[in-house]
Amino acid sequence: MDLRSTMTHKDAERLKKGEVNLGTSIMAVAFNGGVVIGADSRTTMGSYIANRVTDKLTHIHDRIYCCRSGSAADTQAVADVVTYHLSMFGVQQGERPSVHTAAALFNQLCYSNKDRLSAGIIVAGYDKENGGSVYNIPLGGGMFRQPWAIGGSGSTYVYGYCDATYKDNMTKDETVTFVKNTLALAMSRDGSSGGTIRMCVITEDNVERLFVPGNELPRFWEGQEIINKPAHQLAMEAQGDVMIQ
Amino acid sequence: MSSIGTGYDLSASTYSPDGRIFQIEYANKAVENAGTVIGIRVKDGVILAAQKLLDSKLLVPGTAKRILTADMHIGLASAGLRADGKHLQTRAREECKNYRDNYMSPIPLKQLSDRLGSYLNAYTLYSSVRPFGISTLISSYDKNGPQLYAIEPSGLYWGYQATAVGKGKQLAQTELEKLNFDELSMHQAVFEAARIIHLIHDPTKDKGFELEISWVGKDSQYKHAHVPAQLYDEANEFGRTQAESGRMQE
Repeated sequence: MDLRSTMTHKDAERLKKGEVNLGTSIMAVAFNGGVVIGADSRTTMGSYIANRVTDKLTHIHDRIYCCRSGSAADTQAVADVVTYHLSMFGVQQGERPSVHTAAALFNQLCYSNKDRLSAGIIVAGYDKENGGSVYNIPLGGGMFRQPWAIGGSGSTYVYGYCDATYKDNMTKDETVTFVKNTLALAMSRDGSSGGTIRMCVITEDNVERLFVPGNELPRFWEGQEIINKPAHQLAMEAQGDVMIQ
Repeated sequence: MSSIGTGYDLSASTYSPDGRIFQIEYANKAVENAGTVIGIRVKDGVILAAQKLLDSKLLVPGTAKRILTADMHIGLASAGLRADGKHLQTRAREECKNYRDNYMSPIPLKQLSDRLGSYLNAYTLYSSVRPFGISTLISSYDKNGPQLYAIEPSGLYWGYQATAVGKGKQLAQTELEKLNFDELSMHQAVFEAARIIHLIHDPTKDKGFELEISWVGKDSQYKHAHVPAQLYDEANEFGRTQAESGRMQE
């Protein structure tokens, strides 16, 4: 059976047969002094994993990156166009473009070609006017500045976790942990996300890349079969008398 | 100008043997005969003031303004051929709109100066056109703070603390150099501007004029606008009496 027909997510519905999909979990969170972005590393063609170590964090300018979700071809093409315009802008103005400028360019390309693209992009970076900032540009080509943003098919499973966990004024280390945990949870529930976690910490001084291999992902409760166990064993397990196998 | 009449001044695309382009120099002459415009940049805003020479006593006061608005935050005033000034204003508005459309933010004044400078410069390169007969002051309060630039007919542009273009340029600049820009408020600068425009006007030689003053900065909610009527009247009266008493001392 064609796996795509069972997938109900918008990204997957819009893809052509055989098109490479970033059925993805991506995220960006601003903190005081910068921004942390992160993504899983799975690229799929239907049920086939075309690349298990993809880099979905794409360099746009010195201190501006984007996280890509949707069609790999579309998002690469859009990111290339924005990269070109921003490098021109940087030379003409003699200073680094703001994250807002980058997001505005993504916004225009995504909105004016909304019928032809499947691209959900999060733009994030550091500039001297606003410090770290995050702009979400979802499927229809809107543009929203947010303290944090998640995207891709995996994000739907972790909105509640993010709402419950995010706090204002987190430190850099707290933010990295938040991104890492959120992505691990999304990857464990979403079939088209997985592999490893790639993250970038973007600050005024530099861009630091972080990598979490698949065997070192944060682990949470991973499920347990209850049906067919004897009732007394369940009761003892609940009291902590018996080790859970 | 020893080379006048030798044929090297007929086209903007021909150099004279000593490396000059006379059409640009003639364009500057058009500026030197025009009513004066001054710009003052203080710590929280920029003031533009213009001496609008009246061609007819029947003109309705307050019409045919010389200080124009190019964008919410940008003022523009040209000295020279009025029609060229109007044309440049149209171009400036297009540039401001294009920038907003492309980048969803207001254009920095440095960027507008560069674009208008390139536009004016293009009119110094071809035999089929003449250079613009205007020098233009543009004022703004943008993300870099208060900004004042002047653009010449050649396309050259300069950033200024304060400057003047037009007929009374020399005298106005002498007066501007006496000011302390770090301590002046926008409000005080409006009065200084009015005083200088009145001072450079010689009622015995020049035809009648109307004063125009605009500002952009803290006192105008960072939008470019002509100063309010009450402030204008106070400043105009102050300028007139100051200039009169100055003349009586002479």
